[in-house]
Amino acid sequence: MGDERDGFERRLREARARQGLDKPAGSSGGGLPTGPWGIGFRAGVEVVSALVVGIVIGLLLDRWLGTWPWLFLLFFVAGSAAGILNVYRLFSPRRGRRE
Amino acid sequence: MAAEGKAIDALSQFELVPVLGAVGRSVGFSQASAHMLLAVGLITGLMIWGMSRRAVVPGRLQAVAESAYEFVHDLVVGQVGDEGKRFFPFVFSLFMFVLFGNLLGMLPYAFTFTSHIAVTFALAAVVFILVTVVALAIHGTHFFSYFFPEGAPKLLAPLIIPIEIISYLSRPVSLSVRLFANMVAGHVMLKVFATFVVMIGSAAGIVGILGAALPLAVNVALVGFELLVAFLQAYVFAILTSIYLHDAVHLH
Repeated sequence: MGDERDGFERRLREARARQGLDKPAGSSGGGLPTGPWGIGFRAGVEVVSALVVGIVIGLLLDRWLGTWPWLFLLFFVAGSAAGILNVYRLFSPRRGRRE
Repeated sequence: MAAEGKAIDALSQFELVPVLGAVGRSVGFSQASAHMLLAVGLITGLMIWGMSRRAVVPGRLQAVAESAYEFVHDLVVGQVGDEGKRFFPFVFSLFMFVLFGNLLGMLPYAFTFTSHIAVTFALAAVVFILVTVVALAIHGTHFFSYFFPEGAPKLLAPLIIPIEIISYLSRPVSLSVRLFANMVAGHVMLKVFATFVVMIGSAAGIVGILGAALPLAVNVALVGFELLVAFLQAYVFAILTSIYLHDAVHLH
């Protein structure tokens, strides 16, 4: 239904944006919830999940290679760095999104 | 929830029980599987029955089906771009499945299958594998440049690459834990306040009734909040899937 009769689609969009039914202008910023609780919870989950992945990789490699606890320690640090990186990505504007 | 010893039992609502008698027991058909089937049935029913009249001016069901379709379509195309249309059926199924799982869990006596990490992680793993396969199919071995940003000093490669790989692997974990934790936390809170209503209400006289009204009011507000969370988490799941698909298609 693409025919633009006297700009009806545009006026409908403007009216919906005015009433807060649509997010204004293409929902910039990924459209993710931006409340303080939402951001805080997301950041926490990102850090913890990266840490968990790092620890699991470290433990598995240690068990395979018999190098306990060195790879575990190494990947623990790498996991926390990845967690920080995740949170940094959460707040920095995404590369190549608006092209 | 060991706050009150045996009085508050907030976690037993997540226990899996076999349904359908002996047949269900022997194949491990739990109430979670039953609710998943119900969700799929409801979604299929909504889309097929709602769209069966194909009216120019939609009725109620058709309006629901159309707005769900357009909502997810705009989301996918907005995030991934025009190439994203190929992934629309996938994201739409995912969104509706999670949304109906969350909303079904709000009904009394119903079970929230999205409150199980096994379910959410399986969904996130499907997303993760699909995104990786799509990136490999489109970009071939060039995909591995994703783990090393352009222009970084070569000397730092042993440091950057493991960190980037861990960051990439943490996506399905954070995707699944977010949904799972939100649903569990919400339902535990509902149960705890509902238990307060009974505990305080069993006190004698006017004090009990007045005291019980307080947690009841909290629970009413919580139900509204949980409906919001149910929708929001399905939305977050779908939009993060689209963002990952965008990364897979465009690779920065």
